[in-house]
Amino acid sequence: MLWKKTDYTGWGRALTATGEIARPERRRALEAILTDGLVPAIGMRRSYGDACLNDGGRAIDMTRLDRMLSFDPKSGILDVEAGARVGEIAAAFAPKGWLPAVMPGTGFATVGGCIGQDVHGKNHHHAGSFCEHVVSLTLRNANGVVEVSPEKTPDLFRATAGGLGQTGVIVSARLKLLACKGDVMVVTERRIADWDEFLARLDTSEATYTVGWIDATATGAALGRGILEEGETGSGLIPKRVKYRKVPFDAPKFALSGPVVRMFNNAYYRRVPDTGRTVVKPISDFFFPLDKIHDWNRLYGKRGFHQFQCVVPLASAPALRDMLDLIAGSGLASPLAVLKRMGSGRAGYMSFPMEGYTLAVDFPNRAAARELIRRLEAKAADAGGRIYFAKDGLATGSEIVSMYPEIADWQREVAKADPDGTLATDLVRRLSLRSAS
Amino acid sequence: MNSTWIILGATSAMARAFARAVSAEGAGVLLAGRDDEDLAALAGDCALRGARFAETAQFDARKPEGFAALLERLEAEEGEINAAVFVGSMPEQAAIDADPALIDGVVTDSHTGPARFLQMLAPVMEARGGGTVVGVASVAGDRGRIGNYVYGSAKAGFATYLSGLRNRLTRAGGHVVTVKPGFVDTAMTWGLPGMFLVATPEAVAGDILKAVKKRRNTIYTPFFWRYIMLIIRHIPEPIFKKMKI
Repeated sequence: MLWKKTDYTGWGRALTATGEIARPERRRALEAILTDGLVPAIGMRRSYGDACLNDGGRAIDMTRLDRMLSFDPKSGILDVEAGARVGEIAAAFAPKGWLPAVMPGTGFATVGGCIGQDVHGKNHHHAGSFCEHVVSLTLRNANGVVEVSPEKTPDLFRATAGGLGQTGVIVSARLKLLACKGDVMVVTERRIADWDEFLARLDTSEATYTVGWIDATATGAALGRGILEEGETGSGLIPKRVKYRKVPFDAPKFALSGPVVRMFNNAYYRRVPDTGRTVVKPISDFFFPLDKIHDWNRLYGKRGFHQFQCVVPLASAPALRDMLDLIAGSGLASPLAVLKRMGSGRAGYMSFPMEGYTLAVDFPNRAAARELIRRLEAKAADAGGRIYFAKDGLATGSEIVSMYPEIADWQREVAKADPDGTLATDLVRRLSLRSAS
Repeated sequence: MNSTWIILGATSAMARAFARAVSAEGAGVLLAGRDDEDLAALAGDCALRGARFAETAQFDARKPEGFAALLERLEAEEGEINAAVFVGSMPEQAAIDADPALIDGVVTDSHTGPARFLQMLAPVMEARGGGTVVGVASVAGDRGRIGNYVYGSAKAGFATYLSGLRNRLTRAGGHVVTVKPGFVDTAMTWGLPGMFLVATPEAVAGDILKAVKKRRNTIYTPFFWRYIMLIIRHIPEPIFKKMKI
């Protein structure tokens, strides 16, 4: 059957949609579906909130259009279908000395999803965002099949990069890969005692890849303690094999309760010796640390979870510290909390990145946590920062317009590409993105 | 190792996963099917995953006049020659009831077409003294059921053919693996009611490759279908004929 009626969720599992999904296995099948009108495309549904949901409507699952079509080793340009997963590309190309220039925190994200959210990686301060390495892409929208590139169609490109799939179905893309030394990572891990040291270390880090794990339960003098990981690609070293595990069922409520998380975080912090250490890891282990635990989102139980992620300008670091203080004081955080410094690189009108610091924290889906996230979002707006559409499931439209000052340019291009508005998703409707002013 | 796989019906989800798996091991792949555009996309993918070479070729089970050219292309490759057959067609039983002439197409796609090609290939494999044939049959071939007995009977015929071919090629150092998949998550089963324990094409391809390496004769994939079918095969006919499963 072409359409399968089903319930589905984003990665956070807190929001649900019911609708019909088609999953074409070839380009011709995709084209046949779209002749009846545009339908929003979804991938691996690794967005946490409702960016990948279309409740009551239809969606196209692109995951079977996932082939790497061609590669030119002279230019480093890979032509790939939108459903291909970043981790698969990395696995196929790292042994040959190439990597996707930007990789998000999960290798399961599709190329189309990475473009639609203009994702960033652990090298954002050097390499910029995902779409800054997209040479061109093929889009199917109300105007037919359209080739989009930063040079020839700059406005449409900027509306598509980070454009939440609203300018058309992304069919394929040409990505400029980054030369790397090989398929292992040499990673230096060190303990960071508190917030001030963390920022200082992030500001002075010269590593290609940098990421900070932060203990979002530590309070007082230990506020902002964590582990800084700095990585470089390497070759000729043999890392330990990664064992894949699976979370077989929804965990009970107490699994991520306050005391358990505090205990876990304490142990996780002390896992790295206080003099630091350097280890060799497979690239997937460094870039996609949680991918080896399949379905880890089930640890949050059947109610799911929310992730809060914002970025604030460098000068607003004290405001970010206040936000962390609020989180730590609430006792609601899960072990998953990340602090990074971002560069200024962004490719689209609605791209998330800005030069500054970004904080991401997971919370089990409870009323108190939802309330806290709403307060944090207001604080991010006050600090001149932004929240990330790939993670958000709770914000309201009025906050967004000030965070994304180029929204009117995006709306103009979207209106041309999808005049009937059939590509709108739950997130776009919740935030009234296509009409807000 | 200098091995080459010809994959018939290469655009199906299971075949795609299998082609990728042998490509990652460095084999050459000749991807045969009807949809040129889709075959070309898969060939690019296989080459980038490590295939020694990846080419496309036309194969239509209902057009045997094209088989000789395909065989010639295959013979041009040195080393071990292997074949994997993923072709088959399954119109709804109701459509066949309305137009019994459809039976010819089902039997050609699922049995006689690929069997005819394999029959031409067998002497080449014997001459080379090795190689493996993977033939995808079906659990539907284990017993005729009201819902799909035409498709089931074609696959049963193909399974019997494979068993005979195995008997023949074994004498020359070759081998035949008969694969009986249960429910697999493909375009054929997408959205069908009553699906359970659905396997991914990648898992099935992994099982097939393992069976090739271990020279297994008949595999069910996922493995538990062996036991499900064991039960179904042993239901006495007086009872079975009244059941609708």
